[in-house]
This record gives sequence, C-alpha cells and structure tokens, in this order.
Amino acid sequence: MKPVHVIEGRGVPLERSDVDTDQIIPSDWLKRVERTGFGRGLFSEWRDDPTFVLNQPQYAGASILLAGPRFGTGSSREHAVWALMDYGFEAVIASSFGDIFRNNSSKQGLVTVQLTAKDVEDLNAMVKDDPSRLLVVDVERLSVEVPDAGWHRAFVLDPMTRERLLEGWDDIGISLRRGDAITRFEATSDAPSLVGVFDREGHAR
Amino acid sequence: MAGQTLYEKLWERHVVAAPEGEPTLLYIDLHLVHEVTSPQAFDGLRLNDRRVRRPDLTLATADHNVPTDPLSTPISDPISKRQLEALDENCKEFGITVFPRGHENQGIVHVIGPELGVTQPGMTIVCGDSHTSTHGALGSLAFGIGTSEVEHVLATQTLPQQKAKTMSVSVEGTPPPDVSAKDIVLAIVGRLGTGGGAGYVIEYRGEAIRALSMEGRMTVCNMSIEAGARAGLVAVDETTIDYLRGRPGVPQGDEFDEAAERWRSFVSDDDAHFDLEITLNAADLVPFVTWGTNPAQVVALDGVVPSPEDAPDSDEKNTLQRALDYMDLTPGTPLRSIPVDVVFIGSCTNSRIEDLRAAAAVVKGSQVGPGVRALVVPGSRRVKTQAEAEGLDQVFLDAGFEWREPGCSMCLGMNPDILTPGQRCASTSNRNFEGRQGRGGRTHLVSPVVAAATAIMGRFASPEEVRA
Repeated sequence: MKPVHVIEGRGVPLERSDVDTDQIIPSDWLKRVERTGFGRGLFSEWRDDPTFVLNQPQYAGASILLAGPRFGTGSSREHAVWALMDYGFEAVIASSFGDIFRNNSSKQGLVTVQLTAKDVEDLNAMVKDDPSRLLVVDVERLSVEVPDAGWHRAFVLDPMTRERLLEGWDDIGISLRRGDAITRFEATSDAPSLVGVFDREGHAR
Repeated sequence: MAGQTLYEKLWERHVVAAPEGEPTLLYIDLHLVHEVTSPQAFDGLRLNDRRVRRPDLTLATADHNVPTDPLSTPISDPISKRQLEALDENCKEFGITVFPRGHENQGIVHVIGPELGVTQPGMTIVCGDSHTSTHGALGSLAFGIGTSEVEHVLATQTLPQQKAKTMSVSVEGTPPPDVSAKDIVLAIVGRLGTGGGAGYVIEYRGEAIRALSMEGRMTVCNMSIEAGARAGLVAVDETTIDYLRGRPGVPQGDEFDEAAERWRSFVSDDDAHFDLEITLNAADLVPFVTWGTNPAQVVALDGVVPSPEDAPDSDEKNTLQRALDYMDLTPGTPLRSIPVDVVFIGSCTNSRIEDLRAAAAVVKGSQVGPGVRALVVPGSRRVKTQAEAEGLDQVFLDAGFEWREPGCSMCLGMNPDILTPGQRCASTSNRNFEGRQGRGGRTHLVSPVVAAATAIMGRFASPEEVRA
C-alpha cells in the first residue's frame, strides 16, 4: 500500500443514507478475478441517470466523497473499496460506516473520516455552494479543513490505522514478523486439521 | 471479579500476541474460502512469493457464482466460468481442499461448514463473506473479512483484531405458531436498525433461542451483520452437541464425548457482564415482511406499508420516501394485498433441510399462483440429496416450483438467477438492498413458510391462508 499523508481535493456530496456495498459495486462486477478496473462499476445502477451527482460536470475529478450515514454496510466485498479508489476517490467522509468496509478501506489506503452528521451537512453545503472549493484531509494531524472557509474539524483514527496509512505498511509483513509467536501458539492449539477429514478429492473419509 | 462472556472466552483462547498499543493478533482455526473474494488474495500471495501457512485449516467451495441449472448444462458466462476455474486452480496450487460445482460436499459455504461438522464450538472462523456470522450458532467466533484479510489469513493463519463490545439479545418466552427463527431475527434487526450492532458481538440468549434447533440458530446468527454486528453467538448446549454427533468433521466414539465435554464450557458465565443488554418477548412476535430497501425496514405481515409522514425527522422521511419509490409502494397498503412475481426459497439464511421441510409442508397439494415464478435452491448438495430422499423435490415440483442445483443463486444475483427490472420477489434471503437480486428488482425478506404461502396465494400470505 502507498503511504497517505495529506489529501487535497474537491468534494462531491452524495446525500444518500444507507449506501450499502451492493450499491457501491453491484454483484455483477464481482465475477472478475482482477483487482483493477472496478471504477467503471462504481454506483453503476445510478450512473445512467444524468442527474446523479457523479455525472454533474462541476464535480468531475473530485477525490473526496461526502457520504451519508451508514456508508458501506452489508457485504464484505473489498471490491467496493477498489471501485471507489479506481474511480479516483482518496477519502470518504461520513457520519458512520459499515465495520467491514471501514476495515477494508484501511488495508487499501482509502481514508475513512467520521464526522458528526451536522459537520457532514455543513461540508455538503459548502461544496454545493462552490464545487471548486478545496478540501484537505490530513492523516498526520487528523483534521479536515476547508481553507477558504476557515472551517476545520478534528477526526479520530485508531493509532495503528493512522500509522499504517502514514507508513504504507503491509499488514501481512508485520504479522509474519511474529512467525515465532504463531508457531508457539500452534504447538498448543487444538484446531482440528482437515487432513484427516477429507481425502485428496474432498470426499469425507 | 465478574465472570466472562462467551465472546471473551473465545477471544482469550486465540490470542497469539497482544502488543501494547497495537491490535491483538488472533489465531484463526478455520478459514473458509469461495470463488468471489479469493482470486485477488491468491494473486497477492504469488506476487510476494508467499505460501498458504495452513492449507489443512483452509477449506474452499464454489457457491456465489455457480449456475443452479442441471449439472449437464455448461456454464454460459465466460467470466463466471473463469472465476470458478481460478478457484480450482488456486486450491490445487496451494494444496487446499475444494468442493467444485457438482461435488458431493459442494454448497453455500455457511451451510456446508456446520453440515460437515468442520464448524465446531470454541473455534475462530473467518471467510470473505459477511454472513460468516452464521457459524456463531455453534458457539464459535465467526466473522466476515475482506479480500486483503483473506490474503492475510492465508499467509499467516492470524488476523490483527480490535476487541469488540458485547451485546446480549435475550428472546424470552414462546413464539406463536408460524413464527420462525427468521421472524425472530427480522424483529431483532428491526429493533436495532442497520447500524445498532456496529462494534458489537451479539450473543443471542433466552428461552426462545434455546428452544430453536441448530438450523434455526444459524438463521438468527446469519443476519447479525444486517444489524451491523460482525459476529453473532449462541452458547453451546445439548442441542449443539446432538447436532454435531456423527458428522464427518468431528471425532467419533469416546473422542467425541471428550470433545463434547470441552465444548460444554463455551457458554457465558452466569455473572458475566455485557456492555449492552436487550430483551424481546417472543409472545409479541409475528411473521414479518420487509417493505423497504434495508433489512431493518420490517413490518408485520398483518400490517400496512408505513408512511414517511410518521418519520421522526426529515432525513428519515427522505430515506423512507426513497425506499417507497424504489419499491413502488403506497403508504397504508396492506401487505397481504401486494402481489409478487417471484418467490425464492434459498440462501445461507434459509436453505437447510428444516427450511425446505417447513416450506414443503405448506405447499403440499396446492399450486403456485398464476404468473408466479417460484424457485427452491437447496443450500448444499447434501441438503438436496436429503430432500430428494424425503420426496420434498416432488412436492415442490408438483406444486409448480423449480427445483434447482445448490448455490447462493438469487440471494445476490451473481449467477443467471436474477430478477428483471420491476419484478417483486418474496425471498427467504438476507438482504433487500436496491438491485440486490438483479437490477431494478424489488426484494421482500420473509420466512420459508411465508414464502411458500405467498407463492401459492400470489401475494404476501400466511401459511394458515393456504391451509384454510
């Protein structure tokens, strides 16, 4: 994962609550075995509608998604994160998120910022008022700013997620360094092996 | 000192390392894999020259994407076919047991785990699927993960985790007839909302939960994620032990009795403290139907479509209005007057043998309503074989249902079993999101017996209407 420090970009107000991962990327797109190219499928059920906010020219190229409450609930598909990032989003700001989505985001470097519903509303209003406005999400200082409006808010990330984003760390590499501890654990573990249960063709013995 | 909750016991047993200021590294006893969320994880292993640490604790099956047509029909969608082939190839390369389409043990991952007895009390279980919470019904800590975490577990057999808060949901008393496990969990999701369980692991307790069969408990735990909770749990009791006895994955003979004795400790202590406790009275429960576009939007089958005017604030009002527009419903309409185009009996929520028996008992001797397409998709090949041995396939076929091959099917519309735009479906699955069962499709979640009655009546109906 690439390190993320500061994201500067324009925002786009989604203004819909309960946008689940099926809506972020419909299941038809999940048949692919690749990790790239999902941007075309982002919100694909809504993209045909010319009034849909992502189709409005003033929001083209925005990199910060202003989402509604409970964004990313439902299915665990990481494809939702891949789709948002492939489309060009680097951060999502919402008043609440689905747990698994938020976790998946942190593994890919998509920054999820939780603010109050009122703060998200204020941001929506500022961005609608002037879509060219620059928003700044600072992972180092844990703040969101709208410099030309003098607006700023702090947000919370657990320290480990913040550090991982800043350093661009690979989780697997970190855990593999604990190989000895894992081996010690396995020596006492009673997790039943499947080797005795199924033969090579998967038939129950 | 207060006793421990079941969650705390399960957590403690699996701590590999608890470094200061970092997430705890948790050992994973069983990793279930399917075709959709794994190909990119296997690619990641290859890119970094990593191996699968414990192929013997990893099990794969084809479920999300498999067609449910007869096995003699080739897979028509080349992208689906490629994904299913990739699962076989990856499992072969990394030495993982896999059940491909047509295999005697193939089925929906959350059906086959318990059915084969590889899901056992006291375990940690993960899978790249949010309905992994199902396995918690057997007293195991089971939760869904994303593809990066799938890769992490493949490579290390561990996961860095933050400890969750604990919630006790007690369902006391005895439910009325025709109120099933599905209605219990729809009531819970309706009560908590889609975000109410976020950050919690829910333990389902109380007389009505204890009285459920294992399959009923799986239905309840399955939908924990619809309330935002990553995992659901039911403590081990004799129902759990009796269910597991004789299954391929569990020890046999005296060794089983020893294992069972160990499993009996996977219960919350009497004096355990939960961060949040909620109680429902089973006697108040009725058959439920979802009317909207998230699983918390539930009403009684006897009720009417709600009005946005009754919403507490303007945000909620807009949300309700949007759901009504998508579902093409008018406030005040009695649910029982709403016609359906499709009935789907299947999914990891409700596709087990007891679900099929209950639905078959309702449809036996009746005919599916005119113009209604009704499908039964058993959760696994073993369920299908068992149902056929009991003659249930014939009951469904005689009534005008389709009897299909096992898989996830119309629950998420990845295979050819989808709704067409505007079609309305009574479904025993778990999600009524916009477009979930096919673009523009309208999903209402119901129990198997309500789905069966609805198929016969051509509109939402209770089993007693068919019996009358």
